[in-house]
Amino acid sequence: MKILVSLLLSLCLSVTSWAGESAVPKLDMGKGGQCVKDTQWMRKNHMHMLKHQRDETVRKGIRGENSLKNCIECHASLKDDSVIAREDSFCVGCHRYEAVKIDCFECHSGKRKSAWLQQRNAK
Amino acid sequence: MSDINLQRRNFLKTAAGAAMVSVAPGMLLFDVAHGNPNAVGKVRWGMLIDAESCKPGCNDCVSACNKENGLSGGTAPTDSQWIRKIEIKDVSTGREVSLPMMCQHCEHPPCVDVCPTGASFKRVDGIVLVDKHRCIGCRYCMMACPYKARSFVHEPLSDQNPDVPRGKGTVESCTLCVHRIDQGGQPACAEACTNKAILFGDLNDPNSEISKKIHEVASIQLRADLGLNTGIRFQGL
Repeated sequence: MKILVSLLLSLCLSVTSWAGESAVPKLDMGKGGQCVKDTQWMRKNHMHMLKHQRDETVRKGIRGENSLKNCIECHASLKDDSVIAREDSFCVGCHRYEAVKIDCFECHSGKRKSAWLQQRNAK
Repeated sequence: MSDINLQRRNFLKTAAGAAMVSVAPGMLLFDVAHGNPNAVGKVRWGMLIDAESCKPGCNDCVSACNKENGLSGGTAPTDSQWIRKIEIKDVSTGREVSLPMMCQHCEHPPCVDVCPTGASFKRVDGIVLVDKHRCIGCRYCMMACPYKARSFVHEPLSDQNPDVPRGKGTVESCTLCVHRIDQGGQPACAEACTNKAILFGDLNDPNSEISKKIHEVASIQLRADLGLNTGIRFQGL
């Protein structure tokens, strides 16, 4: 009986520790914060918002609050000003974990605009 | 060619006009569909380029454009060029003129007509753009454009201007610096021109500087015979 209990206990512990380690990828959140909706909602729906906003912006010139640029402004790493530069960068971290390949950054800059401007003016 | 097209367009416009019924007092379906109050058909952005003030050898507009939009500045056939300086000469008189050439932002743009995906489009304020989310890189528009205004991105790019997304496999051209216009600015080339040869403004506003000027001085559209009604006009040609 004792053996059974300890076996179960160790099993539970190992499961929880496994879950704690990798269930959620650790991300470099940058400044972070919440300006649109709560985290869980954003995890599920950010792609729809971005897709809606992109058509509004390109086609109608409505440069709204929910732009990719604004997301990057807060979520770019404070170390390298980017959402895509490293494995744990804000966009890369989750997308790698979920195995969802995004092509946003083949055209869009992953850098915070203020940092990009600084870099350009220094050239 | 354009006569037939224009008549068909006019017919479609009339049909669309019938659809512009009121949703609520003071609110038309047209407004609902087209959003930005800045661009509800009232504004038409354009430029008046004074070829007499434009100095041969001066490249300020081109370099300003390259810097603003992150172009390499190369002039090889595979390099993107949104604006070029050209020098033309009347062989019979020997008179030489220098002028910048870029997308002429036509009212009836051939690039939009031929685009198979609807990526090439004209904004309500008259700016002709490529929606790169829809562009498949077929380059029909490049062939249709009589001004050779469009470029294709052949190589992967990095470190783009956050305001100007550009990428491999899509066609691009002068956007009239739409990101600046939407924030109340003016195109980088117009701002950079030291000879004040590029006047940017709203062609539909009778009180704008550009409207007053085209009312006074003789100006032409390039290849006006095509009936495209370009937004870029030239004086002193």
